[in-house]
Amino acid sequence: MIIHEYQGKELMDAIGIPTTKGRVASTPAEAKAVAAEIGKKVAVKAQVHIGGRGKAGGIKLADTPEQAEEAAKAIIGMDIKGLKVNKVLVEECVEIEKEFYLGITLDRDAGTHVIMFSPMGGMDIEEVAVTHPDQIFKCHTHPWLGVQDYEIREMLYKTGLDAKMIKQIHMFCKKAFELYRKWDCVLTEINPLAVLKDGRVVAADAKINFDDNATYRHPELEAMREVAEEDPLERSAKERGLNNYVRLDGEVGIIGNGAGLVMGTLDIVAREGGKPANFLDVGGGANAALVANALGLVLSDPNVKGVLFNIFGGITRGDEVANGIVQGVKQVELKVPLVIRLSGTNEKEGRAILAENGYEVAATMEEAAKKIVALTR
Amino acid sequence: MSIIINKNSKILVQGITGKEGGFHAKQMIEYGSQVVGGCTPGKGGLTVLDRPVWNTVAEGRAATGADTSIIFVPAAGAADAVLEAAHAGIKTIVCITEGVPIQDMVPVAAEVKRLGARMVGPNCPGLITPGECKLGIMPAHIFSPGPVGFVSRSGTLTYQAVDELTRNGLGQSTCVGIGGDPVIGTSFLDCVKMFIDDPATKALVLIGEIGGGQEEEAAAFLQGKDIPCVAMIAGRTAPPGKRMGHAGAIVSGGVGTAQGKVDAFMKAGVPVLDTTQELVAELKKRMATAKV
Repeated sequence: MIIHEYQGKELMDAIGIPTTKGRVASTPAEAKAVAAEIGKKVAVKAQVHIGGRGKAGGIKLADTPEQAEEAAKAIIGMDIKGLKVNKVLVEECVEIEKEFYLGITLDRDAGTHVIMFSPMGGMDIEEVAVTHPDQIFKCHTHPWLGVQDYEIREMLYKTGLDAKMIKQIHMFCKKAFELYRKWDCVLTEINPLAVLKDGRVVAADAKINFDDNATYRHPELEAMREVAEEDPLERSAKERGLNNYVRLDGEVGIIGNGAGLVMGTLDIVAREGGKPANFLDVGGGANAALVANALGLVLSDPNVKGVLFNIFGGITRGDEVANGIVQGVKQVELKVPLVIRLSGTNEKEGRAILAENGYEVAATMEEAAKKIVALTR
Repeated sequence: MSIIINKNSKILVQGITGKEGGFHAKQMIEYGSQVVGGCTPGKGGLTVLDRPVWNTVAEGRAATGADTSIIFVPAAGAADAVLEAAHAGIKTIVCITEGVPIQDMVPVAAEVKRLGARMVGPNCPGLITPGECKLGIMPAHIFSPGPVGFVSRSGTLTYQAVDELTRNGLGQSTCVGIGGDPVIGTSFLDCVKMFIDDPATKALVLIGEIGGGQEEEAAAFLQGKDIPCVAMIAGRTAPPGKRMGHAGAIVSGGVGTAQGKVDAFMKAGVPVLDTTQELVAELKKRMATAKV
């Protein structure tokens, strides 16, 4: 789960991380009021779950509350890479002297969390990692002791910054790690961590992602979830209890059981020249209700020109799965071609049932992919 | 021979009184696995599937001499269950449970390692040494004993490939489903190393997916080894930043791309195939040349 910059800054404020002064606004009038309250030059920033908002015109500066209102008018409702902007963050415009980077995430290969700092902040950290790998400093935290002060010092003294600055950044590292742990984050990122002309050091941006497996123990996060911003089909999937649906931009709907199998199906459809419209893993077997539910979802995507069903019958037998599919398909209005590929336990019996009912069946993944690609051309 | 488990593995089922645990315990027993009992707090003294149930793993281990456990408890209690087993002296712990919070698993995976025990998973189908021991939730009848060591991050794609192997007369020494989470107990590399040392394993199949750097690590190790080996990487078409079902199957920050993994395997002389049929055909060819 991801949240907006303004929500991230609220969490940072609450834990004692200094941020730029500001507040969120959903209308130009509100933006004007916030700007008046701040009483100086402000930045009006689009709150949208995608990077590159600055380049897209989603950040504007305003000298007066009236200008802030105008800026908000231009930004709210704007389309940034397919996402509509509903809110803006109005905050004090700060004069930045230096920009650092601070990020905490899981290092999968090390099996623990890592704090990363770079004196080259403000830009894409992945780019820094490529162009100036020696300018990224890391501190792996202990799996159960967390991070010690000396470990942060060891990391920061390698940067060559002066002791006074290091002391300030040290506090950000500690607090950011505290926030990361407290909220079950998978990413806590401050970029830039800004040194201002007036001497303050503040989090000028806040990017926080949460572990979806742990949100159950943070009921407060539910209130931060912005349903309106999610893809409507992905939202509808969640409402149907289908948690493993990802919308893509092609025209071949894909349903299967098992994440790896579905990923493999997308790959083979792409290899045969088709473009997958989605990823949908229905897990386990495939009874009628589940099939109807999954098909209903995939068919509600207007781009879908055909559907490929790929099921491996494991402990659930192929003939049971086939009966489930037959019953399930009857429950939806099917106007596009459907190809079913069934293998595994009792696959012959299963395929016979499907063929008797007039469905296009395939024995191999390659054959299934070729068929559906031909039918959706 | 085999890796990790064999016919002598004595198994406790943590969560045996639950629906999933009970169902799969029965299947494992039918396969011939030595399930010696189960553990569920508060259900000690019961008998399930003719096996005794204990309140704690420590009691169960003391009474049976179990050295292996398999966990079917809900996500919120899974980390605790793994630690309980490890601290009771269980050496092989398979965690089937999916949806375990990452911050729960980080200290647990490290502690299990510190104790010299092995965790497989979480969020995995388990493992099987065909003909000897099934310690997982896979459909047993598709497996057959033989020389192919098999390691994979996914479930159904594994079944698909194993089914194909068996139909082509290629049996398996041990198949390990290492799990689809970002933090897991046993890596690709761990399995590959054990397989290389296992005299019964004469060929390798590796099924990876996007996310993390495990496949690359295993590929680097395989460089120069002369064992016939083929690989498959699921998720070549996945866009960055989108999580493909498994919590670990995500490309972020340019790390874990399918292309990076394919390149790493190719560099190590391990061909990467697109479908399970092509995978098995290529392995057959390589095994024939290597006269396995």
